[in-house]
Amino acid sequence: MNDTVALHDMTLAELSQGLRDKQFSSVELTNHFLTRIGKMDAQFNSFITVTREQALVQAQAADDRLAAGNAPALCGIPLAHKDIFCTKGVKTSCASKMLDNFLPPYDATVIDNFQNSGAVMLGKTNMDEFAMGSSNENSFYGPVKNPWAEDSVPGGSSGGSAAAVSARLSPAATATDTGGSIRQPAALCGVTGLKPSYGRVSRWGMIAYASSLDQGGPITRTAEDAAIMLNVMASYDDKDSTCINKDVPDYTSTLNDSIEGLKIGIPKEYFGEGLDSATGAAVEAAIKQYEQQGASISEISLPRTELSVPAYYVIAPAEASANLSRFDGVRYGYRCKDPADLQDLYKRSRGEGFGDEVKRRILVGAYALSAGYYDAYYNKAQQVRRLVKQDYDEAFKSVDIILGPTTPSPAFKFGAKTTDPVAMYLEDIYTISANLAGLPGISLPCGLVDGKPVGLQLISNAFTEARLLNVAHQFQQHTDHHLQPPAASVSA
Amino acid sequence: MQWETVIGLEVHVQLATLTKIFSGASTAFGASPNTQACAIDLAMPGTLPVANEQAFRYAIMFGLAIDAEISKNSVFERKNYFYPDLPKGYQTTQLDNPIVGAGTMDIQLPNGETKAIRIHHAHLEEDAGKSLHEDFHGMSGIDLNRAGTPLIEIVSEPDMRNADEAVAFAKKLHSLVTSLGICDGEMSQGSMRFDVNISVRPAGQEALGTRTETKNLNSFRFMERAIALEVERQIDLIEDGGSVRQETRLYDAEKHQSRSMRSKEEANDYRYFPCPDLLPVILDDDYIAAIKETLPELPAARTARYQSQYALSAYDADALSSDTVQARYFETVADQCGDPKLAANWIMGELSAALNSAELKLKDSPISAGDLAGLIARITDGSISGKIAKQVFEAMWKGDGNADSIIESQGLKQVSDTGALEAMVDEVIANSPKQLENYRTADADKRPKMMGYFVGQIMKASKGQANPKAVNEILLQKLNDLL
Repeated sequence: MNDTVALHDMTLAELSQGLRDKQFSSVELTNHFLTRIGKMDAQFNSFITVTREQALVQAQAADDRLAAGNAPALCGIPLAHKDIFCTKGVKTSCASKMLDNFLPPYDATVIDNFQNSGAVMLGKTNMDEFAMGSSNENSFYGPVKNPWAEDSVPGGSSGGSAAAVSARLSPAATATDTGGSIRQPAALCGVTGLKPSYGRVSRWGMIAYASSLDQGGPITRTAEDAAIMLNVMASYDDKDSTCINKDVPDYTSTLNDSIEGLKIGIPKEYFGEGLDSATGAAVEAAIKQYEQQGASISEISLPRTELSVPAYYVIAPAEASANLSRFDGVRYGYRCKDPADLQDLYKRSRGEGFGDEVKRRILVGAYALSAGYYDAYYNKAQQVRRLVKQDYDEAFKSVDIILGPTTPSPAFKFGAKTTDPVAMYLEDIYTISANLAGLPGISLPCGLVDGKPVGLQLISNAFTEARLLNVAHQFQQHTDHHLQPPAASVSA
Repeated sequence: MQWETVIGLEVHVQLATLTKIFSGASTAFGASPNTQACAIDLAMPGTLPVANEQAFRYAIMFGLAIDAEISKNSVFERKNYFYPDLPKGYQTTQLDNPIVGAGTMDIQLPNGETKAIRIHHAHLEEDAGKSLHEDFHGMSGIDLNRAGTPLIEIVSEPDMRNADEAVAFAKKLHSLVTSLGICDGEMSQGSMRFDVNISVRPAGQEALGTRTETKNLNSFRFMERAIALEVERQIDLIEDGGSVRQETRLYDAEKHQSRSMRSKEEANDYRYFPCPDLLPVILDDDYIAAIKETLPELPAARTARYQSQYALSAYDADALSSDTVQARYFETVADQCGDPKLAANWIMGELSAALNSAELKLKDSPISAGDLAGLIARITDGSISGKIAKQVFEAMWKGDGNADSIIESQGLKQVSDTGALEAMVDEVIANSPKQLENYRTADADKRPKMMGYFVGQIMKASKGQANPKAVNEILLQKLNDLL
């Protein structure tokens, strides 16, 4: 075993090599993380379910496969999955009381892909209920704590996945991003989070929040690890009509391409009012770094940035209002006690089964779709969505990558924004437009402000994840922000 | 006052695809409850729909058959409402961009005229499951086997003016979709269901009256009766000084009563919006042209052909061509026996009556088209008379064999041998001196009628096997000789 670096500090790439070199077995590795979770997760609450026995069975199978040779890159590596991905026979709750008893009879395609590649599942991670939230305070299973500051939120909705990777409880995790739910918690927890292009990763078995925006992706410690994860997550799936039938390149093969002459655009709208100055300074330093590495920097404009938040908060709730109608207490999930009649069954099952933020978004969405309001809200929001896309199309005529902060400020304290939904929604101002336009985006650690991580966001054109990961990897080859562990991960 | 009725129909037609419109579950009728509902049909979390191409092909076939514009960019929408047999809490349907645009279909009026009924559009959608309110001790059972079965909903313009026209239109639609092979047409299994929009207005008035919608009628007879009932209800209401309320009504066929289901004010706001799980379906001209190539002969074309090729009357041609199974049966019989008129008569007469009383469908007929042709051929070649043929038909129905074997084994072959017939005629005349005397003394113009007695006796003596034409000729000759 490697004497200098602990197993939990190793990247996927290093773990994969270690397994091949027989420095350790998958069972040892899996046990190591299960032990850490057992010891430390009471503090973070990043897991809803830990699948210890199943993990060890999978690890043993992976060891056999490794011994036979020719095992895929992720074979034997333990991972955590956001509790939004259906896992056969393992509770999949979406962090909702509504699905606290739900055991899916099928695996999500993403889960299938990891199973086929021999990866080990440690468990299911905490999140905002039905992926609605930016702080992980909306979970039926309680909030997740930020490993960098336990009085602060980890971000959301994939707060459990980000915290678990940040606290070294899992080498990597799956997550989903509808308006920033991968990138924002990755930024707040000091890890790397990639939201792929819409249609790159199958949504089959991924419980829907807003179908036209939802996209699965990885949370890892490095861009290289994100590439390794995306190699497995991305696939064409004929069970998802919105999944694109496009070749999946080996995303690791282009990581070391030169970025000499890379054209980076800085949207001026991302550096205006609302951006914390220290956060802005950390991002400025990252821009300097890219300049030193040979990139050319220019200012661009994404004029509809401000409109993207209201457009998102019409479209996403509208879709959610229909997507969540299936949770009616009739076939599965939570059912109220002793319903008096059908209306009572619906009203109390949904009233008792959903949390406040979910109810708020269902109400907002139903309202936006109502007769007499549809044109003013839903249709208008769709028009804005097209304009946001046009802004990006225009920008990508002159630049390769768009760079800015992932969030306006570092992790905020619990309760700071819970009474003001709009302030909470503005947390996603820099991330939402990539979802509206279907573009890939990645958040990378780029420094600390008052001991809390700051995220740097890169956005590229649709289906250019290979270039995006290459540009992110090149930054990480020359910086060490992504290598800094939170103190809480070391203390154990 | 004279009242005019205005009727428009919305027809739900279940498409005869093997699997559901958005899942791979079977659509076969009659399985145990909830055995043909997969995770998608149950709206399990994380499941997604994938459109069934065959459902599109069938809808396009219908559109081409009514000369409608086929939408090259058709979109599915979600229609939101809560009901236990609607698992997703929304029905996936079409609103703004239906697959089939405006078209027309002709119906025949009793006076022989043709009337064009305009079709506003037809759209693809999924069927709901079934709620079973009996047998569950105060609870309701849900069967989701039907959930997700593909439908086209065909919406007519309010072009019909009475129940007869509405029923004629419904029957034409039935004939068309079964001829196209896009629907099995089994009304009792819910394969076609009719919603009838009805209003009345004073004769001569342009403006339409307030309409009601009577939902879910699944037989032509119920439709006819429900329309009559509703027209009467509306006229009575208005004549009593009241007014018709815009509402949805349910017709109870057993009690021949209808009741209000919900008024316009209580109607749901369905909050339609494009389904984000399904992309718009983009079609090109080649795709549509290729489907057009596969269209079978349509009932209207078949009717015209039967008139020219088989010299059938308009009535017979229309009656025989409306149902594909019957048309195929008829053509086989007509072609094999060589007498289309006789074939038509036997199918619409004897065979149809036997099927009705046995409550059988033509496809389950114990007498095949080839066997019926064999029977008719024995009539045309003079082997048996029409009367004997009925006897043979009955034996065939019972499964005694084909016409030839029955004629042979029961000795039913018609006697045309002149010598034998002459002997029979002589014997009857010899045994009927009184009738012969009457005949001889009667006026010449009364004699043909009186000949009937002798013919009857001869046929009786021959057990019906004497060739009536030959008997007539011989008898007339012999009687005249005795004058």
